[in-house]
Amino acid sequence: MLEKVDVLIIGSGASGAAVAWSLAETKMRILCLEQGDWMKQSEYPTNGRDFEARLYADYATSPNIRQRDADYPINDDNSPIKVVNFNAVGGSTVMYTAHYPRLHPSDFKVKTLDGVADDWPVDYATLEPFFAENDRMMGVSGLAGDPAYPNHAPPMPPLPLGKSGTKIAQTMNQLGWHWWPSDTTLATTEYDGRAPCINLGHCTPACAQGAKASTDITYWPHAIRAGVELRTNCRVREITLGPDGMATGVIYYDAEGREQFQPAEVVIMACNGVGTPRLLLNSTSARFPNGLANSSGLVGKNLMFHPWSTVYGYVDEPMDGHRGPPLCVWSQEFYETDKSRGYVRGHNFQFNRGIGIGTEAVALDAIRLTPWGENHHDAFRDLVGHRMSIGICTEDLPEEHNRVTLDPILKDRHGIPAPRIDYTISDNTNRMLDFAIARATEILQTAGARHINTIRPVAYGGWHLLGTARMGTDPTRSVVNEWGRSHDVKNLFIVDGSVFVTSGGVNPTSTIQALALYIADSIKQRLATLFD
Amino acid sequence: MTLTPSEITDFRALAALIIPPSAKYTIPGANDDLIFADILNSLGRDLPDVQSALAALATIAGAPLASLPQARQTEIATHLRTQGGTPIAVLTRIVLLCYYRDDRVMLSLGLEPRPPFPKGHVLEQGDWSLLDPVKSRPPIWRPV
Repeated sequence: MLEKVDVLIIGSGASGAAVAWSLAETKMRILCLEQGDWMKQSEYPTNGRDFEARLYADYATSPNIRQRDADYPINDDNSPIKVVNFNAVGGSTVMYTAHYPRLHPSDFKVKTLDGVADDWPVDYATLEPFFAENDRMMGVSGLAGDPAYPNHAPPMPPLPLGKSGTKIAQTMNQLGWHWWPSDTTLATTEYDGRAPCINLGHCTPACAQGAKASTDITYWPHAIRAGVELRTNCRVREITLGPDGMATGVIYYDAEGREQFQPAEVVIMACNGVGTPRLLLNSTSARFPNGLANSSGLVGKNLMFHPWSTVYGYVDEPMDGHRGPPLCVWSQEFYETDKSRGYVRGHNFQFNRGIGIGTEAVALDAIRLTPWGENHHDAFRDLVGHRMSIGICTEDLPEEHNRVTLDPILKDRHGIPAPRIDYTISDNTNRMLDFAIARATEILQTAGARHINTIRPVAYGGWHLLGTARMGTDPTRSVVNEWGRSHDVKNLFIVDGSVFVTSGGVNPTSTIQALALYIADSIKQRLATLFD
Repeated sequence: MTLTPSEITDFRALAALIIPPSAKYTIPGANDDLIFADILNSLGRDLPDVQSALAALATIAGAPLASLPQARQTEIATHLRTQGGTPIAVLTRIVLLCYYRDDRVMLSLGLEPRPPFPKGHVLEQGDWSLLDPVKSRPPIWRPV
């Protein structure tokens, strides 16, 4: 048997890295088990000419397509939105676009304000210092003074507007609608050992420059220097339970495929909104026959995705195309509830700069804007580099029928039952999408765009995995309490997006990490009475 | 597993129908020696879909595609594209991605034939004064 540790963290991604770093100052013995390995920047796609093709192979966003050893299969056949993620040190922060908005203050009070779903047991003001701390650790670029948010000051200046941002800004000003340079985790100056962005133009599938903040190059070097052990290629099968109802540790498969038992005083789950319920549901016992920490029956339920749509067109002026990060500016003109629109809650517009020329060729072919044959060349040259694109991130309200369960057949390479997703887009969200797509189309029309096209929903758009082990003060209606501790198992914590009560209408990584730091701080404040 | 000689012959003929050479831009077609070699080397995990697409093509053509009159070849290619489905979409994607990373094609588009890293690109700052009207707005977030 391996030596017992004080704190065992499962998963090294956005939240696992943050909680590891924060707890390191306690000098407890902290171990993190990660099912993937360290990534190498020298092997990232933009080092080679085949960088766009690799998005369909070893850097595909879907684990079902990518099929790296670190990946586990997911049965998402019964969902219009497919799960996308990455499994390695740094988790999905290795493969994300680095858009970094915070949830709004109103997002934590949706029941009070709009009469739907539930209020969170924490609020924006409580999380604000942890947002700020996380901004410093991840290195956020942006501009203070956004009227869509309580004031905050990102530590680095924003990304350049470029041609695309300038065109978008002119258009939004013409409409009188809000826009602001996006908060991103792309370094715009040298920052904590990271080089600044040099506009590789292909941010999502990992950054060869190291300008994008993934936790393998932000939190982890600090956490490891502070004494945290990170053990890679270790896939946890189940969390074990003692006769006293406390977690005793985990059973995992090591890099050689050997089964190991790792004892621990405290277990912290940071496996994302699909991996965490999967592991809890796989951890059954006489006390918890339906999955660990599941007396509420809510483990795996209330899955929220942010149904994503994209509206794009082609303007006459040259845009930035592939010559800059996809990220540019956002608009939160329609973020807060206005019931006259026919739905509650709201959405964020994420304006994108462009895509690579090969990817553009594939996209144009798919919607038949470029013909086959001799006329292909003129048609392609007329449109490439002229794309104006708007991503729509809609709030997804919790519904128990949207859920993660265990697939009765599908297993990973270690024989561990794989997750199954059952999900439908709600009527409220569909009405929101109707409105948002109409407004995005209006923006593009105002900009003079041709060939306006809509993708609804983006099928491989399930980046944001939220709500499947929600936090709350009522043990019958939530899985963890207001500071992330399981209601049922008092030495078990969850710090990833599973604990979200509602989703907000923005990318969640900033809030996930702020929550992880808040939960870590709560643990530190309560060390003497942690299990009471 | 790899493509058979007859599959390769059909594939090359189809690639020329998807993107023929252009005298106007003095660029090769997707059936060019170098580009088509890149295509064949890039099939990887997509080989089964490409084989499936070529099997459909062979069934419709009933003879080597290149041996048919040009009008019939175009008709078959149009039929395949209209019919759609994953295999032909995958085949087309491989052709397009390989074509648009060829040195000659990139140069003709005014692009440097190189990977993005380590040189990157230059992005202009743009006109930040455009933000002035937004800065003058009162807060639009909802107080709680």
